[in-house]
Amino acid sequence: MRYGLGIILAGALCYLTLMGAAFAVDEPFRQHMWIAVFVLAIFTIILMRKTNFEPQAPVDESAYMDEPIRYGVIATVFWGVVGFLVGVFIAVQLAFPHLNFEPWLNFGRVRPLHTSAVIFAFGGNALIASSFYVVQRTCRARLFGGDLVWFVFWGYQFFIIMAGTGYLLGITQSREYAEPEWYVDMWLTIVWVAYLVVFMGTLLRRREPHIYVANWFYLSFIITIAMLHVINNLAMPASIVGSKSYSAFSGVQDAVTQWWYGHNAVAFFLTVPFLAMMYYFVPKQVDRPIYSYRLSIVHFWSIIFLYIWAGPHHLHYTAVPDWAQTLGMVFSIMLWMPSWGGMINGLMTLSGAWDKIRTDPIVRLMVAAMAFYGMATFEGPMLSIKSVNSLSHYTDWTIAHVHAGALGWNGMITFAAVYFLAPKLWGRDRLYSIRMVNWHFWLATLGIVLYASSMWVSGIMQGLMWREYDEQGFLVYSFAETVAAMHPYYVMRVSGGVFYLAGGLLMAWNVYQTIRGRVRKETPMGMVLPTHGTAMKPAQ
Amino acid sequence: MSDKQIDEFSGVSTTGHEWDGIKELDNPMPRWWLIVYYATIVWAAVYVIAYPAWPLVRTATTGLLGYSSRGDVKTELDAAKAAKADYIAAIGAKSVKEILADEKLRIFAAAAGAAAFKVNCVQCHGSGAQGSPGYPNLNDDDWLWGGSAEQIQQTIAHGIRYAEDPNTRVSEMPAFADILQPKQITQVASFVASLSNKAENASDGDIAAGKDVFAQNCASCHGDNGKGNRELGAPNLTDAIWLYGSTPAAIAAQVRAPKHGVMPAWGVRLGDTTVKELTVYVHSLGGGE
Repeated sequence: MRYGLGIILAGALCYLTLMGAAFAVDEPFRQHMWIAVFVLAIFTIILMRKTNFEPQAPVDESAYMDEPIRYGVIATVFWGVVGFLVGVFIAVQLAFPHLNFEPWLNFGRVRPLHTSAVIFAFGGNALIASSFYVVQRTCRARLFGGDLVWFVFWGYQFFIIMAGTGYLLGITQSREYAEPEWYVDMWLTIVWVAYLVVFMGTLLRRREPHIYVANWFYLSFIITIAMLHVINNLAMPASIVGSKSYSAFSGVQDAVTQWWYGHNAVAFFLTVPFLAMMYYFVPKQVDRPIYSYRLSIVHFWSIIFLYIWAGPHHLHYTAVPDWAQTLGMVFSIMLWMPSWGGMINGLMTLSGAWDKIRTDPIVRLMVAAMAFYGMATFEGPMLSIKSVNSLSHYTDWTIAHVHAGALGWNGMITFAAVYFLAPKLWGRDRLYSIRMVNWHFWLATLGIVLYASSMWVSGIMQGLMWREYDEQGFLVYSFAETVAAMHPYYVMRVSGGVFYLAGGLLMAWNVYQTIRGRVRKETPMGMVLPTHGTAMKPAQ
Repeated sequence: MSDKQIDEFSGVSTTGHEWDGIKELDNPMPRWWLIVYYATIVWAAVYVIAYPAWPLVRTATTGLLGYSSRGDVKTELDAAKAAKADYIAAIGAKSVKEILADEKLRIFAAAAGAAAFKVNCVQCHGSGAQGSPGYPNLNDDDWLWGGSAEQIQQTIAHGIRYAEDPNTRVSEMPAFADILQPKQITQVASFVASLSNKAENASDGDIAAGKDVFAQNCASCHGDNGKGNRELGAPNLTDAIWLYGSTPAAIAAQVRAPKHGVMPAWGVRLGDTTVKELTVYVHSLGGGE
């Protein structure tokens, strides 16, 4: 029977969540469980309508399993647009606070919706889908686990829905990038272990003698995120039918644990696996060998060893002991070159193919992504220096830094991967429109420049205003005055976000048309149009 | 590795591996990259010797420089405190009047008061002390409780209608909804609005009748001429400055069920010296008497 196991699992989970709604001890949990019941019931019904009792066609074990990757690419594009849209919304809220609509759409609830949507929904789907694609190609092996792959995909989407709706209902454990409460955390743990099994199993059945560098990065991402997620979320639920839990940590230990997790979410979610994407898609797209195998080994192990210690730099000048702050800082400084190793290896892979920048906007996206990666990984160690941090910390400078990395590096390398994957996964000769990719590139670049520069200026101004003393030794500005001074930059930031969102919508349209098999009539990139009608008419 | 090849473009050998068409070149690591990497490691090694870095069983190494962030803050705070010590002592010892008379001390106290104001007072009175509906503007010379240095000091130290402070300033206008007929309230509101030429739409009859109502009910606090009484915190009703609005409707609402703003007593919370500084600052804004 097709989908038999899926129907049983989704149905059982639907029943469990229904019981959760029935016996809920708090109202948000009841509402949250009803959402789960609703989602799971629809999912079960869809599966039941699609099922049939004919014997299944035998699976061709020699073929790659690409259907979940197709779903993954669509999910990436969908959640990307959602995440950018929510980002624009909260940017507008910051500029115009009247747009806080109580209770579901106030800034405090929508902000984690934005961060989780872009990091875990957009980034996470891109990583899962691309890792499934890359690991099969570079291992010459079909994905391990059969329907377990589908469980990973749909289980992860369910996690996203539960996390996002939980935030809007006010369910949060207030841990940065780990806001979902205990029951959603447990669900993600199950999904993540399944993901590890699929990935690891595929690696083990590989038909290549060596493991390709991209797979080192993907594997370290999956393992480390599992460790970070489990430890950071250790908590005791107040009730097994309630939304509240109490963390195993408190005080300074809690702060350090949170930033150990938070910083390594940046490291092992937003850096390491995106380098994996770079290591596959860049050489494929430019058709050049990777620049240096030795560099890839050294910078991989350096990143793995150094990154994990850098978390305390988020807690400079706090109650965290000085020795921990020092270590957080020096490990961040040492991280500079290992981070740049990835950029060098990526950019130098283009040597011999730099002309492709002129004609291939996907290569443009990749090069810009690596440039933003280089900028962000220079800025990061710089911001971790205590004397710089004393100015930058708690200001918009941090926001600028994060978005230079997220919009520039994560966003653009993902866009490049999506544009690479779409025609291949749906068996099309090429994308619907290459010129639209170019438009996307410029819209995104303009958006990032507007966003980052406005937040740099705003953040440095904010930091300087906070510490401005008059000649008598008294602070010059009230907090409200610093907020008022930032208003124009907040409006500028909105415009940057709108540009970036517009690029995302263009990508959605382009991918949609590519899936439909359309090809747009357009002049190829880099071709000079023959000029018409410039010749002068003969005099009469 | 028999399948090593030479890359045509760069002339560098590949490593012989290939995945899905991707090969790797056997380039060495860039020298500058290695040098900078080593330099950061050396710098880190020096830094962790110079600064607190190595956790021990109960404590941690203090570093050769003896730096600690708490010590650093203490040094800076002590220096700042020492730089201000003479002024602060003088402000503590002198009365506000004496401070105002001493040019240097007045400038210092006004700066200190401005800083304290930005932390404690702007939430209600605004960054520029301009106030907002219900919160008085402190830049003008219209004072509810008096604009002399002593009066301002008294207001800041003990607050207004602040129950916890026995010396707080208290006044309470009755709710005239229980005392007057609705018609009378409209009339008296028209009359009061007319005192500052804000009663454009009120009839002359209402204004005339309101005058009698005012004389019988309001004049005891606000004065026969409506000029107010600072002893009682009764506002001057003849000027253009209105705490809760100047339209006859807003005035009528205030007559019916008056709002009574509360200001906390800051003396206990901020101490005598800071209250004096705030007094000098507020006094210097323009309306000080």
